[in-house]
Amino acid sequence: MRSIVLKRLATAIPSLLGVIVVSFLLTRVLPGDTASYFAGPAATPEAIAEVRKQLGLDKGLPEQFARYAVDLVHGNLGNSLTTGQPVVTEIANRLPASGELTLLGLLIALSTAVPLGILAAVHEGSWIDHLCRVIVTTGVSLPVFFTGLLLVYIFYFQLGWSPAPLGRLDVFYTAPPQVTGFYLIDSLIARDFETFRAAFAQLILPAATLAIFSLAPLARITRGSMLAVMGSDIVRTARASGLTSKTVILTYGFRNAMLPVVTTLGMVFSFLLGANVLVEKVFAWPGIGSYAVEALIASDYAPVQGFVLAMAILYVALNLMIDLLYGVIDPRVRLEA
Amino acid sequence: MTALDTPAVEAAVPPATGLSATLRHARHVVTGNPITGFSFTLFILLLICALFGPFLVPYDPLATNTAVALKPPSLHHLMGTDQLGRDLLSRVIVATRLDMAVAIFSVALVFVLGGISGIAAGYFGGWTDRIVGRLSDTIMAFPLFVLAMGIVAALGNTVTNIIIATAIINYPLYVRIARAEANVRRNAGFVQAARLSGNGEIRILLTQILPNILPIMMVQMSLTMGYAILNAAGLSFIGLGVRPPTPEWGIMVAEGAAFIVSGEWWIALFPGLALMLAVFCFNLLGDGLRDIVDPQRRT
Amino acid sequence: MLDTVHKPLLDIRDLTVEFATRRGTVTAVRNIDISVNKGETLGIVGESGSGKSVTSFAVMRILDRAGRIADGSVTFSGIDLRTASDHDMADMRGREMSMIFQNPRAALNPIRKVGHQIEDVLLRHVQAVRANVREKAIDILRQVRIARPEERYHAYPFELSGGMCQRIVIAIALACKPQLLIADEPTTGLDVTTQKAVMELVLELTHQRGMSTVLITHDLGLAAAYCDRVVVMQKGEVVETAPSATIFKTPAHSYTRKLMRATPRPGATLRDLLEEGRPAPAAASVQSDGRPLLKIDNLVKEYPRQGITKTMAQFFGRKAPATTEQPFRAVDGISFEIMRGQSVGLVGESGCGKSTTSMMAMRLLDPTSGSIILDGEDIGAIPARAFAKLPARKRIQMVFQDPTDSLNPRFTAMRAITDPILRLGDVRGGDALRARCEELAQLVGLPRHLLDRFPHQLSGGQKARVGIARAIALHPELVILDEPTAALDVSVQAIVLNLLDELKARLGMSYLFVSHDLHVVRLLCDYVIVMKNGRIVEEGSAEQVLEAPQDEYTRELIAAIPHPPV
Repeated sequence: MRSIVLKRLATAIPSLLGVIVVSFLLTRVLPGDTASYFAGPAATPEAIAEVRKQLGLDKGLPEQFARYAVDLVHGNLGNSLTTGQPVVTEIANRLPASGELTLLGLLIALSTAVPLGILAAVHEGSWIDHLCRVIVTTGVSLPVFFTGLLLVYIFYFQLGWSPAPLGRLDVFYTAPPQVTGFYLIDSLIARDFETFRAAFAQLILPAATLAIFSLAPLARITRGSMLAVMGSDIVRTARASGLTSKTVILTYGFRNAMLPVVTTLGMVFSFLLGANVLVEKVFAWPGIGSYAVEALIASDYAPVQGFVLAMAILYVALNLMIDLLYGVIDPRVRLEA
Repeated sequence: MTALDTPAVEAAVPPATGLSATLRHARHVVTGNPITGFSFTLFILLLICALFGPFLVPYDPLATNTAVALKPPSLHHLMGTDQLGRDLLSRVIVATRLDMAVAIFSVALVFVLGGISGIAAGYFGGWTDRIVGRLSDTIMAFPLFVLAMGIVAALGNTVTNIIIATAIINYPLYVRIARAEANVRRNAGFVQAARLSGNGEIRILLTQILPNILPIMMVQMSLTMGYAILNAAGLSFIGLGVRPPTPEWGIMVAEGAAFIVSGEWWIALFPGLALMLAVFCFNLLGDGLRDIVDPQRRT
Repeated sequence: MLDTVHKPLLDIRDLTVEFATRRGTVTAVRNIDISVNKGETLGIVGESGSGKSVTSFAVMRILDRAGRIADGSVTFSGIDLRTASDHDMADMRGREMSMIFQNPRAALNPIRKVGHQIEDVLLRHVQAVRANVREKAIDILRQVRIARPEERYHAYPFELSGGMCQRIVIAIALACKPQLLIADEPTTGLDVTTQKAVMELVLELTHQRGMSTVLITHDLGLAAAYCDRVVVMQKGEVVETAPSATIFKTPAHSYTRKLMRATPRPGATLRDLLEEGRPAPAAASVQSDGRPLLKIDNLVKEYPRQGITKTMAQFFGRKAPATTEQPFRAVDGISFEIMRGQSVGLVGESGCGKSTTSMMAMRLLDPTSGSIILDGEDIGAIPARAFAKLPARKRIQMVFQDPTDSLNPRFTAMRAITDPILRLGDVRGGDALRARCEELAQLVGLPRHLLDRFPHQLSGGQKARVGIARAIALHPELVILDEPTAALDVSVQAIVLNLLDELKARLGMSYLFVSHDLHVVRLLCDYVIVMKNGRIVEEGSAEQVLEAPQDEYTRELIAAIPHPPV
């Protein structure tokens, strides 16, 4: 097992290199003068040249890239212009908020989409199948920021069930002592159920928004692969040997059908990490997505670059985990490695 | 089957060939399936709005009138007015052209680039495949929307750059489909037969491989149109690309967002609905196109 | 067979099965009567679309959603299977009646150890408890002759060969000692030697246990070799039922006779395969003039070991062998000649290198070493890509294995046939092309009005004819036939083989016929080459190789082919 993990890690290296090169190119090669951004709008040409020299932008590209890489290795992503804080610290502080939101969204999506897809496939053509189709088509058509606003209007303004969409906790509560950075878990560790409830109330709408968005691809692929497996020789053989429908559907059907679903998870994560940015803006969520948006509006470069890099590294790591998970489920992959 | 000996029976079936059969089948699909028919009608409507929008609207989409600011939908303003008193109906209709243009141009761009490189990668294999594969792997290593944000931020805040960014993030998808389809056919019997008939590789690519892959790519095009619209609107929602006061659905939802918590729902709702309908239309149309393309359903 | 006083174990009366399709209801099986006695082996024989598999699915009640039993009754040891509850049916399946399928690799759960798959069935039907289930599963593996069963218990299907997978499927089917086994094309797709071993195992195990067996097959020879009684089905109806001893001697129904005649067998000539009253094809007009048309000398094709073993392992689902420095030799130094007007058969089981050899001779694949000399010119040295545009390309053409796969779905039959003429031929102009195309269509017996159709509007036999017309369009001297009838029903095969023979005589071509079936090769070829592991193990005139095989492997191959009694 360890050799497989090492091999998969090795395959991630080209992706990571690509990510670093692209994030470097995004700021250095393409039009737009970083030095003018740093020097500010009112700077004289001399001041801009001075800044350029300070930043090493007057050097050749390979040297710039080397410096950039060295900085990266030291965990230095530069400072934010607007706050003056190191980008790494700010991202690290805000990452748990985004992580908690994304994971809960995925959890809701998975626990709804997979059973829905299975039911739709097992009862093909029934009302549940049609429901699945409607949900899938609507889900992929709804802009994620629009869903968020719709939910806010219904549950906050009309029904008054949820608190104002302003961050992770209502102002009356204090954050639980940090252990994992996830408020839900930390408040449970601190046995502070009141805070747990408050944090959950804030979290549920944005998480549901993300879930609705990622429900569609998951349900669609579950239904499709389940249908394919249920019509396959594997299931026919299992049925012909009299296995109970529970065994047939779960052990013979579902486990095989899960293989494409696991593969799709990578794509769903890509969607989720992108949608996260929009959802955080709608719900004023203090995660790295809204951090990047604020920086974008202020033309503050380092945080945007740091954000793109952080997201890409996170995504590569997630894909790595998905690959390993795939290996656990499918023995064919295990032996090939 | 033994139909070999019974040509007379088969002769009774009129051979359906050529363009007319395709059109007939297309008409059958559009009229036969109410959902596809609906989406087709919607598509025509969107097209009309995009082409003639500015001539159809009751008000100037940019004209502010503080006297009627934040008015809910009424007979004068069917979709209400925004915080500056602009007519939302006019803005929603006029915005169609911009949103559709971004989607169409970006999809056309990636269709050509991704299609060509994917087919070449799948057919020739070797170093072509490695280069194309590495390129699309690198793009895939980013969460796609995040990459689009980065690209627009770096290239500059313009509509052209939104088109480019949207094309780039769709590139791996097109490459993967074109590559897989070309790859399964590179040694198919009919391709080998074409080699025996004296066709060169490029000719085989153009006459044997491409016509068989094109329909699948067309379906993909329709399906990614929806995604392209969502992506462009998402970018402008966070303030990239299109700038106010240009009417664009994403920006209009963003402008309306602030008023949701105080109950002025119409400012965000109508552009959001337009956005949703457009995406919905392309997704359904994609499914419908698949029916036309699918030879199983063609008699 | 003697009249038995016992009631039959399985009694199918007046069974009708319908499928709901987009174009309305289709009757797949119509009012059939079939009965199976205790301890009997019954064969159900028919070509594609005869309804033989649907019948077995109906008996097991595992028809897919669109299908339903519309009429009739199915009684199994006194129980009415049509009205039995789903729960009762599930109890009976696997314990009282079992089924094995074509393509064993697809039938097994790819991500579950084979031992566990056997255990699932044992536990389901309470034939074992947790404590002893593993022991029992290993015991069953031993009974189906799996070597090292303790080890193989932990294997996944992709680590086993096709023949071994079929043994596992048999193990699952027989684990609970059922009374009836339905085997649906159990050996289709397996090599003949494996087929023999699997069939003998099934027969031995079922006889040992006094079980009844239903063997569903398209192969009359297989049914004749292994069954007590045979049911012949055609288009959803039973046309004849008789003991196998009599049905092959005195077939009563005309369809049975047609099927019998079309099946290649020792002693039969090509013409014997056709219906009575058909005109005999013209006698061969071109005789071999003793000059070799094609000379293959010491031909070798090597693949880098890493790549090929890995892809082969994926392809055949076997575990990759330990990597060695030596490259893999798919074709290992073979030499042979084809004379003008001669037909040479290249025979061997899957993986023997016969297809690789034909692809090299065809100049679609570059050899590693050795020479391919066409009429004195070494064409082996010309790269495959460059060869495509040379005039010599016209002289060697090919008929492919799968008629569907070898036609571009977007080309009409006419376009497919004229493609080589347009590229390499000398006929120009729309009318001239059309005329040439119609001439070719007439040669291969393709009705003229079908020329404007697309492949999906043609039957399998018609597509085969289009493929042949395309191959002869440029007047080639050598045509390579790569299992040209493997995807066709026997009756169509008989017609296509005769057509090929007739064309050869009329146009004076030479054939290199690649096949796994010695009996089919014998019909068309004067000279036969037997290959194994990339080498030639035996060659000689067709009679000599078939009547007096010298090599052990050839003898094994011939013995393994089942055929109806002559």
